[in-house]
Amino acid sequence: MAMFVLALVVLVGWKLFQGSQLTLHKFGWRFLVQSDWDPVNENYGALPFIFGTFVSSIIGVLIALPLSVGTAIYLTELAPNWLRQPVMMLIEMLAAIPSVILGLWGIFVMVPWLRDWPFPFLKKTLGFTPFFQGPIYGVSILAAGIIIAIMILPIITSVSREILRSVPDSQREAAYALGATRWEVTRIAVLSYAKRGIFGATMLGLGRALGETMAVTMVIGNRPEIAKSLFAPGYTLASAIANEFSEATTEVYLSAIFELGLVLLLVTIVTNIVAQLLIGNFGVGKRVPAGH
Amino acid sequence: MTLNSIPLSRLAGQATGIEASSVTPSPVAFDVRDLNIWFGSHQVLFDVALQVPARAVTAIIGPSGCGKSTLLRSLNRMHDLVPSARMEGRITLFGEDLYSKKIDPTLVRRRIGMVFQKSNPFPTMSIAENVTVGLRLNGLRKSDLLQERLETSLRMAALWDEVKDRLNAPAISLSGGQQQRLCIARALAVQPEVLLMDEPASALDPIATAHIEDLILDLKKEFTIVIVTHNMQQAARISEHTAFFYLGKLVEFDTTTKIFTTPAQKQTEDYVTGRFG
Repeated sequence: MAMFVLALVVLVGWKLFQGSQLTLHKFGWRFLVQSDWDPVNENYGALPFIFGTFVSSIIGVLIALPLSVGTAIYLTELAPNWLRQPVMMLIEMLAAIPSVILGLWGIFVMVPWLRDWPFPFLKKTLGFTPFFQGPIYGVSILAAGIIIAIMILPIITSVSREILRSVPDSQREAAYALGATRWEVTRIAVLSYAKRGIFGATMLGLGRALGETMAVTMVIGNRPEIAKSLFAPGYTLASAIANEFSEATTEVYLSAIFELGLVLLLVTIVTNIVAQLLIGNFGVGKRVPAGH
Repeated sequence: MTLNSIPLSRLAGQATGIEASSVTPSPVAFDVRDLNIWFGSHQVLFDVALQVPARAVTAIIGPSGCGKSTLLRSLNRMHDLVPSARMEGRITLFGEDLYSKKIDPTLVRRRIGMVFQKSNPFPTMSIAENVTVGLRLNGLRKSDLLQERLETSLRMAALWDEVKDRLNAPAISLSGGQQQRLCIARALAVQPEVLLMDEPASALDPIATAHIEDLILDLKKEFTIVIVTHNMQQAARISEHTAFFYLGKLVEFDTTTKIFTTPAQKQTEDYVTGRFG
């Protein structure tokens, strides 16, 4: 089974590699660092997509991480027993919402709300930094980051919870016996023991965020630009592939799309491998749903 | 420094706890009265009454499941942490009610150190950090004081000479016996009044066990020690008093010599001579 999955990944990678031969030869490394995406003049650079992918994903992780780890701590260390299972079920239900539904909600509910309340507030308070300047359209890299946070919250929470549960009770007892309070026990015995695994859970969430397509496409604005402001629209690798493959009428255009796919595949595979290595050390790797 | 490490409350306590029974002529540390403990509906301790003398080693022996670990854990309120546990009775330490509503259990645990069956150093911390973690929890930040306590505690745990050149090495790089002595040093660093030990040498080889036993004999000059052990020879070697538990009841409590040579109860005799258990 594992060999089959490996063979499939290699095969997909190989097809993407073959499909992108044209642009690989024409642009070489320039493809990765050039910021023009101009199908009319057959000039392709992937930098805006790489930028949009990483910035939106990192925003998503930054928002989701404290919420997820906080929830996981609550569920393993603090919550009364009868509450643990129902809360976890609710969180896992979040993962069951189809991406496109979340996207619909995002575009019709979340984005207008963000545009009217939180974004103007951020602009007023943090507008002196370059990240919260410029016109507010609503659809933006920041909105995409927030949607991503909602989508990766369940996986980071459930993996972190497994990691925290795998911390031996003897560690908690050691801290309690020194006269630690509950929160101190969590800090010195539980979190410090689990920090590598939680980092792994975060990487797993990042891997998922990088490849997230549908909901992100619906709220990011789909403009291949590199802007400092998080209020500006952006574009991600995955969104570009989804939006443009049907318009790719020339061979070079299609090849450029394939190469975007190749970049995305490599990035997500590396992230996931790092995550699995970190989590695997905790012996809970097998119970972790594999990437996406 | 060793003199400084004796908390005042202990000295004060010795004056108040003199109403001891004939068994314990020395001052009483723990005074356990009518102790009953349940886990859910299952009762594990029945009407236990026991007076643990100060600055001596008291051994608790008995077959597995007789409630001896539960008794030990009730002494520092560790068994509070088990959600289904329920307790009746009274336990005082130097006259102070440990289960009074006014007392914070974390403060009780700060005064009563505990060493567990399996050594449990914090694996992400260095040797030095493991020893000082309890002090840092108490808000001690001054590095010269931490350094001093680090050395004193490691010396008391007879580990200093072995680790003084690698205090910043990870705690898990030590051998099993060293890790257990590290855990003892960690418990001593917060200057507890009492040290509870739950089969501290049962996972160790004979040489490491001998180290721990020597250490216990050394420590009893300054601390009250209560030790749960499966090993009868160990109880005989290190303790002044021995309590024999069977099926949740205290069968006999007397000087170790008496328990092992002329016990009053038939059950005790059968157990210490190895006829059952």
